[in-house]
Amino acid sequence: MNTPVRFLSSKALQPEARIIEREPYYEPIGDEIALFEAAYASLIPVLLKGPTGCGKTRFMEYMAWKLQRPLITVSCHDDLTASDLVGRYLITNNETVWVDGPLAHAVRVGGICYLDEVVEARKDTTVVIHPLADDRRILPMEKHGELLRAPKEFVLAMSYNPGYQSVLKELKQSTRQRFVAIEFNYPSEALEAKIVIAESGLDAASTAKLLKLAHMTRNLKGNGLDEGASTRLLVHTAKLMRRGIAPRAACHSAIAEALTDDAEMLRAIDELASSIF
Amino acid sequence: MRPGDPRLTIREHYPLTEAQLDLQLDALLNPVLSSRRTAAPLARPLASLARTQQDFTLRWVDIIARTNYEMAYQFAAAAPAALAQLDAGAAEAWIIQAMDSYDREGLHHGSQAFKNFSGFAARADGEHTASFEAVAPVLELFMCGLSGRRLKIDTAPVAWTDTHTLYLPPRMSVGANRAQNFLIYKIIATLLWAQSRYGTFNADLDTAVQQYNDPARALEWLNYLETIRLEAQLARVLPGLARDIAALRGPAHQDDATMVSLRAPGASVHDSIALLATVPLANEAPRLAWTGLLRPADAAAARAERLTREKSDLQAALAALLGEQVPSSDGEQEGDADSAAGFETSVYTDPDGDIDVQLSLGGKPIAAPDHVRNLLDSIVQDLGDIPGDYLTPADASDTAQNDDAVEDIPPDDDPRYYDEWDYQRRHYRKNWCALRELDVPPGDGGFVDATLKKYAPQVTQLRRSFEMLRGEDRLLKRMKHGDDIDFDAVIAGYADMRSGRELSDRLFTRRHKAERNLAVMFMVDMSGSTKGWINEAEREALVLLAEALEVLGDRYAIYGFSGITRRRCEIFRIKRFDEPYSGIVRQRIAGVAPQDYTRMGAAIRHLTRLLESVDARTKLLITLSDGRPDDYSDNYRGEYGIEDTRQALLEAHRAGIKPFCITIDHEARDYLPHMYGAVNWTIVDDVARLPLKVADIYRRLTT
Repeated sequence: MNTPVRFLSSKALQPEARIIEREPYYEPIGDEIALFEAAYASLIPVLLKGPTGCGKTRFMEYMAWKLQRPLITVSCHDDLTASDLVGRYLITNNETVWVDGPLAHAVRVGGICYLDEVVEARKDTTVVIHPLADDRRILPMEKHGELLRAPKEFVLAMSYNPGYQSVLKELKQSTRQRFVAIEFNYPSEALEAKIVIAESGLDAASTAKLLKLAHMTRNLKGNGLDEGASTRLLVHTAKLMRRGIAPRAACHSAIAEALTDDAEMLRAIDELASSIF
Repeated sequence: MRPGDPRLTIREHYPLTEAQLDLQLDALLNPVLSSRRTAAPLARPLASLARTQQDFTLRWVDIIARTNYEMAYQFAAAAPAALAQLDAGAAEAWIIQAMDSYDREGLHHGSQAFKNFSGFAARADGEHTASFEAVAPVLELFMCGLSGRRLKIDTAPVAWTDTHTLYLPPRMSVGANRAQNFLIYKIIATLLWAQSRYGTFNADLDTAVQQYNDPARALEWLNYLETIRLEAQLARVLPGLARDIAALRGPAHQDDATMVSLRAPGASVHDSIALLATVPLANEAPRLAWTGLLRPADAAAARAERLTREKSDLQAALAALLGEQVPSSDGEQEGDADSAAGFETSVYTDPDGDIDVQLSLGGKPIAAPDHVRNLLDSIVQDLGDIPGDYLTPADASDTAQNDDAVEDIPPDDDPRYYDEWDYQRRHYRKNWCALRELDVPPGDGGFVDATLKKYAPQVTQLRRSFEMLRGEDRLLKRMKHGDDIDFDAVIAGYADMRSGRELSDRLFTRRHKAERNLAVMFMVDMSGSTKGWINEAEREALVLLAEALEVLGDRYAIYGFSGITRRRCEIFRIKRFDEPYSGIVRQRIAGVAPQDYTRMGAAIRHLTRLLESVDARTKLLITLSDGRPDDYSDNYRGEYGIEDTRQALLEAHRAGIKPFCITIDHEARDYLPHMYGAVNWTIVDDVARLPLKVADIYRRLTT
């Protein structure tokens, strides 16, 4: 077929790419900023490990701002195919047009490509990132007959929650061993309080109670809860309380109902909340 | 009795006469009656009751008699007096409690519980009452959330704790309504938790009270003082609960000024002991609805046992930690002894009483794993600090021993216990069925070959039809989105466009990966009724099925089930999930032989648990059966068995397992829909066709 090939630059088809202009609020938990910067300078991809809602995505935004590179986030799901990442031909008015996928786009513009929850993606998908993630730093685009070389500004980052108790949701060794891994966890109590206050504007006394409840739910992890309340949930709850929702109601909606559907567990969390507030 | 109670249907009938009651009771209780023990003394007081109460009594006599006739007799004897005091709801709760007591502790305790209704009635007032069974699941999670060490919850006549288990009363009815009674339960539990968490038993209480003339009275007072101290502590840690306590107590309560020291943040059990000298020991100590008992001796025993265990656990854990921290290189060998001595802890307790233990090795702080942190935390709760000898890592040999002890593999004669659903009581009977897993003795290895030969043409066909199912990539054409362009569609689209029609948007191809992420458990009826050709058909079905599944590559396991009475439920391993379809599996299939009865509930619960440990997107539990659930000697046959099986299947369903039943019982239409749901079963009319049908049904089921 002799249809001419050209690149499409329609806005609608562009992946989510942006330079973050305002500094995102981020409190470092440890030395993750220095680690990331060192990995970035050394052209090594980065793997962020940690439970949901502990600040992985926020950290990426912060780093994108700090390094002043566009951040391209791909939320992985189990139907994400290789061509979703690399790109594909589309057909419009009499021609076939190549459209870069988010990964190819990030390589071209020298941005940060962040694959969120990478284990959710299909196993074959993770393989296309392999040549990008070692010292070759290339992205072969077979269908388009092009070999992209990543500029030194490009970095690949992905996040992964090791807390899933599923054998299917594990990263292959051949994938994970290409990355520098930075572990994230819930921040220490003082730091978490600072974050919740900064994000929501809630007063310190209520925040302290909220944190106590969070720790209680984290105690329940493995005893009926898959995860305890994350920092993100706490911020949500704090925001509701800041808007005048009664604390017990806020905890019920933003923590208990968000964590579980189990009636007894809901009741137990409500009882914990009512013991504190 | 409350009018309009929905649990009792009000019948506008005259009460039954004494003679009528005598007749009915005689029929119901016949096995425990004799010439000297007749139904007449039971019938007389019953005759004066209202018809609804008579019906209630007779109904329950009938239900209880199916479990035990003597219990039913005891119930009938106690019922007239009890029903005078209890309404229907409370009476049912009374019966359930007595039957639970019978299940757990035997006839003597059970009949005692029936006689004890007066104590029960005083506390129980129907709708307001909160029962232990109802609150326990929530409270257990609640306690778990409160941190500290994991405490068990159990029931006892009076609330107390040995710092290992919290004992709560079976019912609570002092509050004005059920919510308030739940709250009182919660307060009791939290106060008991606080005893353990904030060190009530960290002093020798027995010695402390022995100095007084009346040690029992002194202990009561000590309990009261501790309650004050712990309530103050809870007010700091759980202000919401403290507010609830204050609201319950009401404004009447006045504090003694001497108690101020107990309310200080740093107060300990020693302050309470010191104050004991100042309290009016001549008077009784004030009692609150939520005061339990102190039982120092039991708590001390539990504490000592725990400390010994935790000490060795901690030492083993530290040894493991040391192994991780010090990479075993030859050069380090000498230094090992030094670093072994280098574990240190610093304990920091904040004003709220929260404990933070920092573990360090050779002066450098290290992050302790959760289980070590919990151990440290628990030890500090008992001792206030971590003694030096606790921090000596165990020898490697000790560790190995310890791991053995922790490993929870039951020996062969150690059965697993499963609950059973009693539909009449609408309650589980706790740990009712003892189930053992056994191997099928290998049978004649030639059976499989003979079967394959017998069905040779069908087997070829079977293999072919299953091969087509195998998860292979398919190229989906004319898709809206896809990996590549569907040129056929594009060309057709061009033609369309030229002729003035619209260009289709389905111009892509997509590779579809058919993953069969499936695990299937076959549960084969090995009851005595399968003897003969049914058993043969079952075995042939298994052979063909295994043949087909091997082609397909689905994960599968085959277990047989049988048993006789609840004390001997048996599950026979034919093929485990992780076992290949080997010679021994073939021999076991050949060795499947009719055994005893079909107590299906326990078997389903056990296989559900096995299936739960398998990771697959779709999990199937397929039962091959020849009839309804049945068991010897007790009332499993009939409705009870069907309801228990249904309950077990519901549990499986909740665990994400899809049950399905293949049966040859022509009458199955009467009960299978109730157990398995409207569609999840099929009847194979002709036993001879079973072998081929099973594979066929499986194919339809999984496509």
